[in-house]
Order: sequence, then structure tokens, then C-alpha cells
Amino acid sequence: MSTAANEPARSRGKAPAGERIADWADGRLGIYSLAKANMRKIFPDHWSFMLGEVCMYSFIIIILTGVYLTLFFHPSMNEVVYHGSYVPLQGQMMSEAFNSTLHISFDVRGGLLVRQIHHWAALIFLAGMFVHMMRVFFTGAFRKPREINWLFGFLLFVLGMFTGFTGYSLPDDLLSGTGVRFTEGAILSMPIVGTYISYFLFGGQFPGHDFVARFYSIHILLLPGIMLGLMVAHLILVFYHKHTQFAGPGKSNTNVVGMPLLPVYMAKAGGFFFLVFGVIAAIAAVAQINPIWAMGPYRPDQVSTGAQPDWYMGFAEGLIRFMPGWEINFWGHTLVLGVFIPLVLFGVVLGAMAVYPFIESWVTGDKSEHHILDRPRNAPTRTGLGVAWVTMYMITLVGGGNDLWATHFHLSINAVTWFVRIFFFVGPVIAFIATKRICLGLQRRDRDKVLHGRETGIIKRLPHGEFIEVHEPLSQEQLHTLTTHTQYAPAEIGPLVDENGVERKVKASEKLRVKLSSAYYGEDNQIPKPTSDEYKEITSGHGHH
Amino acid sequence: MSSQDIPEENLPAEQEYAHGAVGVADEENPFADPGLPPHEHRIQDIDERAARRSERVVALLFTVSMLATVGFIVSYVTIPHDKNIFVFPIGHISALNFALGLTLGVALFCIGAGAVHWARTLMSDVEVADERHPIEAAPEIRAKVHADFRQGAKESALGRRKLIRNTMFGALALVPLSGVMLLRDLGPLPGTSLRHTLWAKGKRLVNMNTNQPLRPEDISVGSLTFAKPDGLEETDEEFQNEMAKAALMIVRLQPDNIKDKRELDWSHEGVVAFSKICTHVGCPISLYEQQTHHVLCPCHQSTFDLSDGARVIFGPAGHALPQLRIGVDSEGYLQALGDFEEPVGPAFWERG
Repeated sequence: MSTAANEPARSRGKAPAGERIADWADGRLGIYSLAKANMRKIFPDHWSFMLGEVCMYSFIIIILTGVYLTLFFHPSMNEVVYHGSYVPLQGQMMSEAFNSTLHISFDVRGGLLVRQIHHWAALIFLAGMFVHMMRVFFTGAFRKPREINWLFGFLLFVLGMFTGFTGYSLPDDLLSGTGVRFTEGAILSMPIVGTYISYFLFGGQFPGHDFVARFYSIHILLLPGIMLGLMVAHLILVFYHKHTQFAGPGKSNTNVVGMPLLPVYMAKAGGFFFLVFGVIAAIAAVAQINPIWAMGPYRPDQVSTGAQPDWYMGFAEGLIRFMPGWEINFWGHTLVLGVFIPLVLFGVVLGAMAVYPFIESWVTGDKSEHHILDRPRNAPTRTGLGVAWVTMYMITLVGGGNDLWATHFHLSINAVTWFVRIFFFVGPVIAFIATKRICLGLQRRDRDKVLHGRETGIIKRLPHGEFIEVHEPLSQEQLHTLTTHTQYAPAEIGPLVDENGVERKVKASEKLRVKLSSAYYGEDNQIPKPTSDEYKEITSGHGHH
Repeated sequence: MSSQDIPEENLPAEQEYAHGAVGVADEENPFADPGLPPHEHRIQDIDERAARRSERVVALLFTVSMLATVGFIVSYVTIPHDKNIFVFPIGHISALNFALGLTLGVALFCIGAGAVHWARTLMSDVEVADERHPIEAAPEIRAKVHADFRQGAKESALGRRKLIRNTMFGALALVPLSGVMLLRDLGPLPGTSLRHTLWAKGKRLVNMNTNQPLRPEDISVGSLTFAKPDGLEETDEEFQNEMAKAALMIVRLQPDNIKDKRELDWSHEGVVAFSKICTHVGCPISLYEQQTHHVLCPCHQSTFDLSDGARVIFGPAGHALPQLRIGVDSEGYLQALGDFEEPVGPAFWERG
């Protein structure tokens, strides 16, 4: 029908302006081949797929507001006397960084709003990435071919943490300065090189006169530049791999079912950017964040109680708070284990996330592509490990706020700290066991539903007086959805003799792999999904139970 | 709106299986994929009046957004930036921030809400299936690429002319060293600077708050006094760096309550001076329990017993707070009898 409508217009003269511009661009950029593949690209729909969008949009908001803030912020540690409009601090000595942040907050109209949007968006960006990563992890979306994209996402999360840290340290206020001091202490704890790295980072003794300017270029140029590149690469891979989807009728590993980018996702995703921005702007209007004027300028000999980093650094704070103060002195040197071990754990806890996809694919030995998402229950060991990791993270987060837990709930700070020390180890184990049991229970329930139908809640009395509950058989769609996932068989150690009959040496890595594989897929670690034979036997002849 | 209001001719005839093969559960496989379920019509698909209503809702949202932007500009121009208002339940907040944030929020949110409502009610919601293609290249492409690479590598003769290869690797490995060298002047070498503070024999202890030299009688039992070395002023270039090491806390104990012999020797009439900088990661310690003479670092809760050589009794700190040996000078003011004997603040590799 569109051809019929367009014909007369063409014959009367030139093509519409938009079409001519597109032709012009195609002759130079080849946009038509790009659009052919992408304009009507199909995206599956699920609420959890929007978590990544929240991250992308908050990142864009951070860049927009951040550029605005650079117009007014002075990244300098020169000491000046405050003469601005915030009366309680007038006449005080402070760095130009702090001074200009006060100026943004009190004398630039809308400056406080942009500062608060910037900071809130940063918190939401990190929280979004955390939840998005959990979504990808628990649904197994990190499997081949998406391992590299998982690493890109992981790097974005870690770099986001450091960008956030260098950002909130810039105003040079009492709270953030305390955090920088903590960082300096952690760097000092590194064996051999710590003191040197600290002197190079701070341009000499702490606090020195340089770190604000150095953090500034790291915060506004180096890290966001890398992150922008990673985010673009992340998105290109999402387009290239095509989005994953949950199992369901009509959905297979070789197709992608959903709605086209133009117009539905243009409108939905484009609109969602404005929704995220609007909500963050409204939060910034009503919820104060980082009131640096209440904390005052940084002084290395002053501190406030209840000092907390932004939430995403809370787990590092927790690690350092619950660690016992071990120190080893030998041959004129000090090994500051009490600080250095948390520093190492910080890397190990995060690094475990990065390497997990490779461990799992080594255990399964699966080389095929996966585009259908797992339901978490159908991968009990993975889900258990994930929940154990989250539990460990949350316990350290509690440790990072041990003083607040103590004061808000009238607990002993020592008791809270000891709780964290013990549950850092015990908590993940309990979480793993409980999660796995719940997953297996849910698998049994799915199996029952497939074989015996849905419990309707209708009680029927039979002629001889027996009461039974009526079970309704599942629809074809439900049957398919609940049985379509693949189940791995545990790996076995290959033949102990090679083809010539010579005894073969079984490598330790192979033994480990077999052990892990049975922990993942062994008899007690997954419930066999119903087979069609079982289904046919139950449904044929015997009727309902 | 109820279904009775929908004009008869607009009602869908049948729920047709418009797309997706309808697999049938056969004898062989009861779990077969039945294919995409039929499209379920929305009211907007079959009733033009409902569609027009949706259109009006979308237009209304976009209009509200325009009005909110006007509100933003009006707020920016009219509200003084130092005006505070009371908003329940938040309390007293900046009127300008509140007005700008809410108008901006509404302006943005309504654009988003309009677009999403438009997509959900008026754009086609028919699900479409697209094929996926394997990521891996076909075997012939793979073979071609490998062959091309081998050809290129052979033509470069990199493998054969080892002298070129090795010297090139050497040059490439060395050239980043220039970049590393350039980082050298990021800061001075530590030397012994972490071991020394401004404290020296004869340096008076000056009250942090009053800026007056302290006498022993100024320190009463149960109070925590902060001090700095005489001559160090806030306006000094190196004030922050020096305070980061020299900050001092002073308490008075009953001499017979002091359990540590060296602490007693280094005190003056029960007045003891310890470094204020926590030996964990360097926070200034500021919480003092009068009854027990414990001090607590508010950052990570390391707790030190000031009546027992400031040893660590809880928390992550690894060693006691360094003590400053003090006495009084001829005019009766408290003075240091030397620098700290060990480095203050967080431990480091060379501390020993």
C-alpha cells in the first residue's frame, strides 16, 4: 500500500527530504546495509532485560551532568578562605576544590540539582550494574558466545567503582578525605612497593597538594573514556549476538522472538531513558546526597563518626573492618596482613565473578552456543554459588556499616564485628546449601506439574467417600516450557588404558573436572526432568491421581 | 470500557494462529514445541475509539512535559537561590533545587511515559521471530582466513629472518620503558619522611582549639585534648601534611592507673600524649571513654587502651599508638622531649 501512496509523489518531482539525506549518507557511509540488519532487529521482551538499560542511561546522565560540573569545579588543592554565601563556613580555610563545590551548591542556580543528579545517577549506575550482573549470572546468559561480553560488563562494574571513588573524593571534604586516607593506608600495606606507590600517587606525603588534580583527570577522562569504549563494545556485542530469551512456545536456540527495534523498542527504550532521567531528577529534587557543607573541608586530624563510603565501596570497607589486625615484623620489615589481606580479598572476591563463566564451561565441556536462558532452579549448583557470593558480599557490606548496625539496633560493635568475622565464612556455606535445596525442590515441583498436572484446589469426593484433589493437565505450551532445558550428565574419567592397551595417566585436572562435574550434575545435584515415556505411562490409562 | 461497546465489525473473527508453526503433541513427543501462541488483540487493535483515547493520553503526557519545562524556566528565573522552604516530610530544603528538580523530573518523565504508552497501546505488539546464525564462520571461510594469514606471514618472512624478528621484539619491549621513566617525577622517594614528625625536643604542645600552649593543669581527668606542635599554623603551606603525622591527643590519668611502665616514664604527672593518627589506616582517633580510658577510631573501630601503652584491644589495627615523651619547660608549659620513637600512622613495608 505504501508503494501506491508514494508513486504519485515521486512522479511529481524529488523524493522526500529525509529520503534524499539518507541516500546521501548511504553513498558515503553505507548506512543502508547497517540499517537492513538492525532497523527491524528483533528484541525479546522481559522485565529483567531492562536492568542493563538502566545502567546505560544512568551512565549517559552521569556524562551529561559531569560535563556541566566541570564548567564550575576547580580541581585544585590550593588553600583559600571561603567568602561564599554559606554562612557557617565563611572565613574558613579550605581547598579550592571544596570552595568551588560550595559555589556549585549554593551560588550556581541549579548547580546543586546537577550535582545531586550526578551523584544519585552514579549510585544507581553501580546498583544497576550489580543487579544486571546478577540477572545475567543466574540465568546463565554469560555462556558461550557471551563470555567476552560478561568480561566487558565486569570491567565496567569494577571501573565504575573506581570512577565513583575518584569522583566523590574530588570535593576534598572531610568524609571523602577520610576515604582517601584509608586508600593511602591500604596502598602503604602493599609489601615492598606500597610506600613508593603512595608517594607517586600523592606526589609525596599524604595528603600532599596533588591528589585532587590527579583524581580529576582519572575521574573525568581516563576511566570514563575506557568505560565509554567498553560500553559501546558491550552494546555492539549485544546486537551481534542477538539478545537471549527465556524458553517458551515458539522460542528456540536458533531464533529470537520479540518485537522490532523500529518502532517498538525505539519508543520503549528511548522513552525509558527519559523515565530514568526523570526519576533521578525527581530524587535529586527531594533527597539530599553528599551535603559536603555539613561535613566541612578535609583535615587529616579531624573525622566525623559514622563515616561511610558510597554503597559500592562498602564491601571493601567491610573487609578492612572485620579483618583482625595481623602484623608480622621481620628483618626490619613489616608485613601488614591486617590491611593487605583485605586488599587481596577485594580483588579475589571480584575476580571470582570474572572467571566463573570459564570455570563452568570447563566443567561442562560444552562447546555449543546458548541463547535460551536458564531458569535459576535448573542450574542448582550455579545458583547456589551465586547466592553464596551475594551472601558473602552482603555480609561484608554489613561489616562495612558495623558502627551503624551497632548504633541503630543498640548492639555491641564487637558483637557485630564478630558476627561478620564468622559469617563471612559460614554465611556463604549456609546460603549455598539452602539455595541448592530450594532449587532442587522447585525442580521436583516442576516435574510433578508436568507429570501430574496443576493442583487446582478443587476437592472432589468420590462415590466411595474418598476425597481427592483435581489435577489439571498442563497445556502443551507449559509442558514444552518446563521440559525444554538441557540437563548435563556428569563427566566421567575416560578409559584408563589407551588404544594400545597401555595404562594411561589420569591428569589431576581431569580428576578435578570429574569431581566438579558430579557436584554440578551428579545424582543428588539435579532432578532428572520428566521424559516423554514417563509422561505417556502416567497419562495413559491410569487417569488422574 | 466494556466489550459491549466495541462495534461488531471490529471484533476479531477468530483467534487465528497467524504465525509460527503450530506443532502438535504427537504420540512420539508429548512435549513438542507448539509454536508461537496466537496474537492476543488489545482493545486499541479492535476499537478505534480506544485507540484515539490512547492517543489523547500520549498527547496529554507530552503536553504536561512542555508545561513542566516552562515551569523549570520560570522557577529558574523567579526563585531566589538562597530561599529555603519547608516540605513535609523532608524538612527545610532549598526551594530552587526542589522546584527545578521536580519540574525537570516531570518534564523528562512525561516524555518517557508518553513514548512507552504509545509503544504499548498503539504500536504493533505482534511478536516476530528472527533466525539466529551461528557466530562461528563456515569451514571454507575459516580455511581461507588461515591460508591468507599464512601467506601474509610467509611474505613478511618474520619466521625466517630471526634477526629482524628478535630485534623488533626487543625494540618494542624496551620503548615503553620511556613511558615508565616519565612517571618517576610523580613524587619524591619516601626516604625516611614517614619516620619523622615536627615534634622535637623543647617543642611546646599547643591546644588545637584555642591555639594556646598547654600547661599540665589545663588537662583535667576525663577529657580528651588535641594538640599540635608550636609554630605550625593553619596558613602554612605544609600544614595538612604535617598535621597528618603530628596530630596529638592528650589525656590525664591517675599515675597509679597507668599499667605500662614506659608509658608512666614518658608521662608528666599522669598526663600522657599519644599520636592521634590510627595505626590501622590513618584515621584520626576521636572517641574517648572516660571510665575505661579506651579510645576508639570512628572509621574502623580499632580500640586502644590508653592506660596500658595504647595497646590494641579490639579491631583491625595492628599495633599500639605511638606515645610522645613529654615534660614541662621552665615556664611550666608542656613540651615534647623528642620526636616519636617509631613512625606514626598506618604500618608500611619499611616500618620494621
